[in-house]
Amino acid sequence: MTHVENIEKYQYDVVVIGAGGAGLRAAIEARLAGKKTAIISKSLFGKAHTVMAEGGAAAAMGNVNSNDNWMVHFRDTMRGGKFLNNFRMAELHAKEAPDRIWELETYGALFDRTKDGRISQRNFGGHEYPRLAHVGDRTGLELIRTLQQKIVSLQQEDKKEHGDYEARIRVFAETTITELLMDGDRIAGAFGYFRESGTFVLFQAPAIVLATGGVGKSYKVTSNSWEYTGDGHALALRAGATLINMEFLQFHPTGMVWPPSVKGILVTESVRGDGGVLKNSDGKRFMFDYVPDVFRKQYAETEAEADRWYTDPDNNRRPPELLPRDEVARAINSEVKAGRGTKAGGVFLDIASRLPAAAILKKLPSMYHQFKELADVDITKQPMEVGPTCHYVMGGVEVDPDSAAALSTAGTVAGLFAAGEVSGGMHGSNRLGGNSLSDLLVFGKRAGEYAAAYVDGLASKPQVSPVDLGAAVETALAPLNRPGGENPYALHHDLQEVMGDLVGIIRRKGELEESLGRLAKLKERIAGVGATGGRRYNPGWHLALDLRNMVLVSECTAKAALEREESRGGHTREDFPQMSAEWRKTNLVCSVDGHGDVELTRKPVPTMRPDLLGLFETSELAKYMTEGELA
Amino acid sequence: MTVRHFKVWRGDSAGGDLKDYQVEVNEGEVVLDVIHRLQATQEPDLACRWNCKAGKCGSCSMEINGMPRLGCMTRMSTFADDETVTVTPLRTFPVIRDLVTDVSFNYEKARETPAFAPPPGVAPGQYRMQQVDVDRSQEFRKCIECYLCQNTCHVVRDHDENKPPFSGPRYFIRAAELDMHPLDARTDRKEYAQSAMGMGYCNITKCCTEVCPEHIKITDNAIIPMKERVVDRRYDPLVWLGRKIFRRDQLEDQEAVAVTTQHVEPLTPQPDGSAPVNWHRELQPALGAPVDEYGQLPLNEVLSDRVGAASPFGDDVEFPVNPSALNYYHPGNQNDGGQPAGGRH
Repeated sequence: MTHVENIEKYQYDVVVIGAGGAGLRAAIEARLAGKKTAIISKSLFGKAHTVMAEGGAAAAMGNVNSNDNWMVHFRDTMRGGKFLNNFRMAELHAKEAPDRIWELETYGALFDRTKDGRISQRNFGGHEYPRLAHVGDRTGLELIRTLQQKIVSLQQEDKKEHGDYEARIRVFAETTITELLMDGDRIAGAFGYFRESGTFVLFQAPAIVLATGGVGKSYKVTSNSWEYTGDGHALALRAGATLINMEFLQFHPTGMVWPPSVKGILVTESVRGDGGVLKNSDGKRFMFDYVPDVFRKQYAETEAEADRWYTDPDNNRRPPELLPRDEVARAINSEVKAGRGTKAGGVFLDIASRLPAAAILKKLPSMYHQFKELADVDITKQPMEVGPTCHYVMGGVEVDPDSAAALSTAGTVAGLFAAGEVSGGMHGSNRLGGNSLSDLLVFGKRAGEYAAAYVDGLASKPQVSPVDLGAAVETALAPLNRPGGENPYALHHDLQEVMGDLVGIIRRKGELEESLGRLAKLKERIAGVGATGGRRYNPGWHLALDLRNMVLVSECTAKAALEREESRGGHTREDFPQMSAEWRKTNLVCSVDGHGDVELTRKPVPTMRPDLLGLFETSELAKYMTEGELA
Repeated sequence: MTVRHFKVWRGDSAGGDLKDYQVEVNEGEVVLDVIHRLQATQEPDLACRWNCKAGKCGSCSMEINGMPRLGCMTRMSTFADDETVTVTPLRTFPVIRDLVTDVSFNYEKARETPAFAPPPGVAPGQYRMQQVDVDRSQEFRKCIECYLCQNTCHVVRDHDENKPPFSGPRYFIRAAELDMHPLDARTDRKEYAQSAMGMGYCNITKCCTEVCPEHIKITDNAIIPMKERVVDRRYDPLVWLGRKIFRRDQLEDQEAVAVTTQHVEPLTPQPDGSAPVNWHRELQPALGAPVDEYGQLPLNEVLSDRVGAASPFGDDVEFPVNPSALNYYHPGNQNDGGQPAGGRH
């Protein structure tokens, strides 16, 4: 096939796949280290999913409450992840997040300010102190724009020095990578297509940073965009890397459920942080009934105490609406199942009756704007209808905590790095709100830094094999050569049904087993998917190629969910409702075998260093750990 | 559920046409939902950009019944029950395929706009700014880069020849944002916008503000203040006196102060008696008559995109001609100290 194909070829030191926060931060770091860097963006530059993040970026700067420091942040992160987190990643994250935020100001970011002119920080679910640097409710947009503009400023420097904006860093917009190419067990390059023309491109590069985000498009109700098809997860698997924690998916507790045009769009947690409360169809503020024992001490027991907390947080306990996301999602799910939900299958989120209209407008401008324009709902006058929405995947590429290098069953995949949502371990079984924006800055930087160092240490340049390249071309063209094949949109719909109905927020053994059978059949059907039309900007063809990634990653999730017989964070088994201290010691690791089938193995969770263990009271550790570990 | 009539432009850079569709529409849906249904049920290869479907990323810009809109923010309930909905690609940018256009013009302009200049000597973490001082810049940072303002701006819409010198409203608010940034170290943002970004082309028709889905007051809060302050400096009595007293090479903002084309002002000779005209500036060629591919004028006005007959001086030249926009200077009688010539004729 290759003889008829004209493949554009490029040589780079570091290729970053993904142009969201993690990808851009990695690219900046690689370029600052003097490496010739390419950024591959599946959509236009600056449109990545990071723009959707509303709440803020968590960093213990202590600007609002000076009691805050990295140790408190570390503790909150571990608690949120139910102690399944990779402790080293949580430690690095808590320590380095403030520097990463301050750095953004030197790139031109304009966060909201405190009275003394510092970066303001807001309260968020699971964070002990006000910790989230924010810009109204559009923090993600600020982050992506700031990083985008920093890259432009680096390009302007290069233009001055070399006469060409793209001398050292280039953005390939609307470009999708379909395959990583190896030289033995080392990364040699990446192969993909330009969306605009449908022609192919080969990047020859010894180091690749995966920053492709999540997998939400496999679900029916999701806040994720079309790009979130688990590309990086699947690319890593096929390159020999392993995935961990794939059973843990975060369902955001408050996505819009009505009207249908906006189904899945998130209502930021800060609505609750600023005074919004959840009510069922009887008008009852039900969250007080759902405070789990481990959190009993930190949360208010009466409405009166909860309401006092907004103005006097030092002398009152927090309202239960601010419990970690999984608890809130589960509570809403239970209310709806008990028949106390709205017609559309959600509950009410009410801020209208709690704050004056002017205060809502000031605190939640883009939220107000979004609801008004999209749904003609005035949040200053009426409550919103919300319910759980697939939002974030905690699982991802298993990485070395310090270098973000992708691990394999036999060590590392040389030259492969991963950062942001596509990597796993940092958030354990559940991510705290605000920790993803800081995660992608901290580990994006590290991935870029270590990818550059890896290139420096190379003795010989890995070579792409023409055979592999030919195979990649053939795979990419296959759907177009089957115009009579199955409709990719119909297949996608079927996949979403399976995942949404059988591997959703509440899971059961029988359903998970059924899902595996249906996924296997879908896998066969996807092998026969067809696409009509030409190669130029053909969404049907592109979806046909994405399906292969989605079904592979879905298989990982379903297999791991069936294996883990307990409930923890983003994984809830109806048949095993309790958290098990035994299971806390185990990570489930996915890899693919020679036939492209998912293999599941168990691996112990790394043991926390004593100095970090010492940050917790023994009574708290006892809730999570076995007696043998505590002794 | 109802069935609605849609017309969608299908084609590529070689040409195309509106195609008719009958498509299902449900309560509470937006135009982008309907486009997605068309893809899933009738036209799997219909090209359309989208990402967040929540009005936050600015990808699904299109023209709906002739208005530049975001597909995800246009509710079907805003149309009459039997209204045909016509969806076309953005007109200002070259079509790639169907509803997708080549918006690289904007990325080129973004690269040409000078980046934030960090204040020297202020360490990361030591930035101090008051909320009132960042409010103004924050308004412009709400921009989601949907490029609807760029698309609707008449300076470049149907005028490809203006694209090289004109950055467009998106980048005027970027310049304004940096100009109003409390810690930005550059001090020539407005002058640069006027002299290098083509802000002078803007004649404040506010079309950009009207189409902005983020409701940024592009004209009122960014462009007008930037223009006013450029003009302020020019009419400042001290600056004026300075011009009288100092030699040209002693005037530091000589290059930076650009000439506005909006107001006719009398031309004053330089203190040394030389002409107050920058002979080196590049003049834009006048807009030619709207001829067809055979070099012929349209048969009648209905077919023409302009009102009235073509002007031999160029269709965009207005009379009286603003003398400050010409590479011409009438010296007049400089000895009597009276009003020099070169004013209104």
